[in-house]
Amino acid sequence: MADASLGLWTVPLAVFGGAIRVSTPFLFVSLGECITERSGRINLGLEGTLVMGAMSAYGISYLSGSPWLGVLAAGVTGALFGALHAGICSLPRVNDIAVGIALMLLGTGLAFFLGKPLIEPTAARLPAIDFGWWSDIPQLRAALRINVLFLIGVAIAPLLYWAFRTTRWGLLIRTAGESADAARAMGHSVLLIRLRATMVGGFLAGIGGSFLSLFYPGSWNEGLSSGQGITAVALVIFARWDPMLCLWASLAFGGAAALGPALQSVGITSGYHLFNAAPYILTLAIMIITCSPKRTLTGAPAELSITR
Amino acid sequence: MTTEAAESVEAAGVAPAADPGFLQRYGASIEYILIPGAALIGALAVFGGFIALYGKNPLDLYFYMYYGAFGTWFSWQNTLTRAAPLILTALCTALPAQLGMVIIGGEGALLIGALAATSAALALQGAAPIVVQIAMVIAGMIGGGLWITLSGGLRQYRGVNETISSLLLVYIALAILNHLVEGPMRDPASLNKPSTREIGAANMIGTIPGTDVHWGLVFGLVAAIAAYILIYHTTFGFAARVAGGNIRAAKIVGLSVGKLIMTVCFLAGSCAGLAGMIEVAAVQGRTNANLAAGYGFTGILVAFLARQNPLAIIPVAILLGGISASGGLLQRRLGLPDASVLVLQGIIFVFVLASDALYGRIGFLKGKS
Repeated sequence: MADASLGLWTVPLAVFGGAIRVSTPFLFVSLGECITERSGRINLGLEGTLVMGAMSAYGISYLSGSPWLGVLAAGVTGALFGALHAGICSLPRVNDIAVGIALMLLGTGLAFFLGKPLIEPTAARLPAIDFGWWSDIPQLRAALRINVLFLIGVAIAPLLYWAFRTTRWGLLIRTAGESADAARAMGHSVLLIRLRATMVGGFLAGIGGSFLSLFYPGSWNEGLSSGQGITAVALVIFARWDPMLCLWASLAFGGAAALGPALQSVGITSGYHLFNAAPYILTLAIMIITCSPKRTLTGAPAELSITR
Repeated sequence: MTTEAAESVEAAGVAPAADPGFLQRYGASIEYILIPGAALIGALAVFGGFIALYGKNPLDLYFYMYYGAFGTWFSWQNTLTRAAPLILTALCTALPAQLGMVIIGGEGALLIGALAATSAALALQGAAPIVVQIAMVIAGMIGGGLWITLSGGLRQYRGVNETISSLLLVYIALAILNHLVEGPMRDPASLNKPSTREIGAANMIGTIPGTDVHWGLVFGLVAAIAAYILIYHTTFGFAARVAGGNIRAAKIVGLSVGKLIMTVCFLAGSCAGLAGMIEVAAVQGRTNANLAAGYGFTGILVAFLARQNPLAIIPVAILLGGISASGGLLQRRLGLPDASVLVLQGIIFVFVLASDALYGRIGFLKGKS
């Protein structure tokens, strides 16, 4: 009965629920990329890191029975990929964008290779907290079943915002991103700062991947991520390298990505694939509106190759 | 390793090593072959180690890779058939690279080109096959060309990063293809695999006489040679390379950078669009999701391994076509997952980029030894 009485209201409700559910990987990847880019380097390989994270989380959760060990494994895998990226980039005359593309291909290939035996079995999944216990409407309850990882991501955003402004390592990362010469003059190794920033970024992106395989959609297959990683990298650009704006942008993206399935659930199936492309179209549209050929973007780290 | 190589060259008494003039002249060119070659061998060694960890014999791996790629006439034909779209999608990355742009959206242009070519063929049903084929080529090239021009235009007039926009456009192109194939353009008879109607057997472009290799290979070779001439032997190509080297200098001498970017991006996209047309008109016969087979992404690797040189793209595309052709044999004989080809490609890519650090650092190639 509740189903019928809600009618078309199920769409905004599903979009709201989706914004929370689908936004989590966007949130983790964009926060991770935000740290990396603030240090003056861009890691386009986070798409590969995301898929590797999803695969290793599923594998470890299946083998150990503990989804949280899976999350940790995903983070460690991501950090290793970050270290690989930073290691190659620290060689002279190596372009960080090209290395990112290479790691994107390597990460997805490796994940498909190692993940082949994981398509069949079912792994222990992450638990969700039921915030909708007070409601009788099943759709609302479904929308309010929130995963702990989402809450952690939401907590990391202001923490990062604060850390960039006030802590010592926040200042160091920003110095390396704004002027490598200044960081060097202060006696710090720019390569080391960027290595650490890329590893932390990879760690977060890997965790974002674990959410995909262990909570939503909650299984491992080769079509699990279709560009969430790269969309999140673009998202950092129009969030102006600000962690709080990354949070709001991720939520908007999650909502856009949930539009297709939401419309399908009320019977609007034509244009399903086009609605699924909504996050990409939205990304492109926002980039078109906010970028400008005449000036560098406000808030852009000066050492970043992508804005020069 | 470099000193060993130098000694072995001298020990063998090869004339060029004794003549520093030769090395001073050709040292840089030798580097362009030696360094990617070494990177390739290093990548194969690491992949062999990875396979050994997986419990397979690396020597078997190398044997089956060679056998599946170049061992027999049958495998050569398979390799060349796969090299054709790779040459074209690699040009989609290599041409904008002359302007200093990193375009990685060849897969999207391939899909749009395939859709445009299929639409042209379906609209012209009943016309003479040669008319249909020419229309397919034109439609495919325009479709793919406009798709990449979109990225170029956004970069030039809106300052949107072309690497990210071209990749986003891949996902958008895939969504458009799935939408059309499952909706407006769907052949009601295609139940399991939603597809468009077939373009008709008479309109297929067929194979080169005496082989099973389709004419797409010739299209690819012609495009690569034409691109080489355009870049290195025309005023236009010179202007593009000037703009790629120093955009401010290009503006000072009065080059229209915007026009250059748009034209080069159109040409690049039309190559990938042509690859899509070939896949439809020589292999699939219709458009469906099978077309998103990753040729666009492998093409990026081909372009980087060939150091963005259109002529070098030809042998590199054949090499990587061979690797992907051997994938089936690796699956059957060694029981490796089909993704092993992707892993090897990723490792090669990483090695090739890391080897960039070696240029100009190999002592004996400077002619000083």
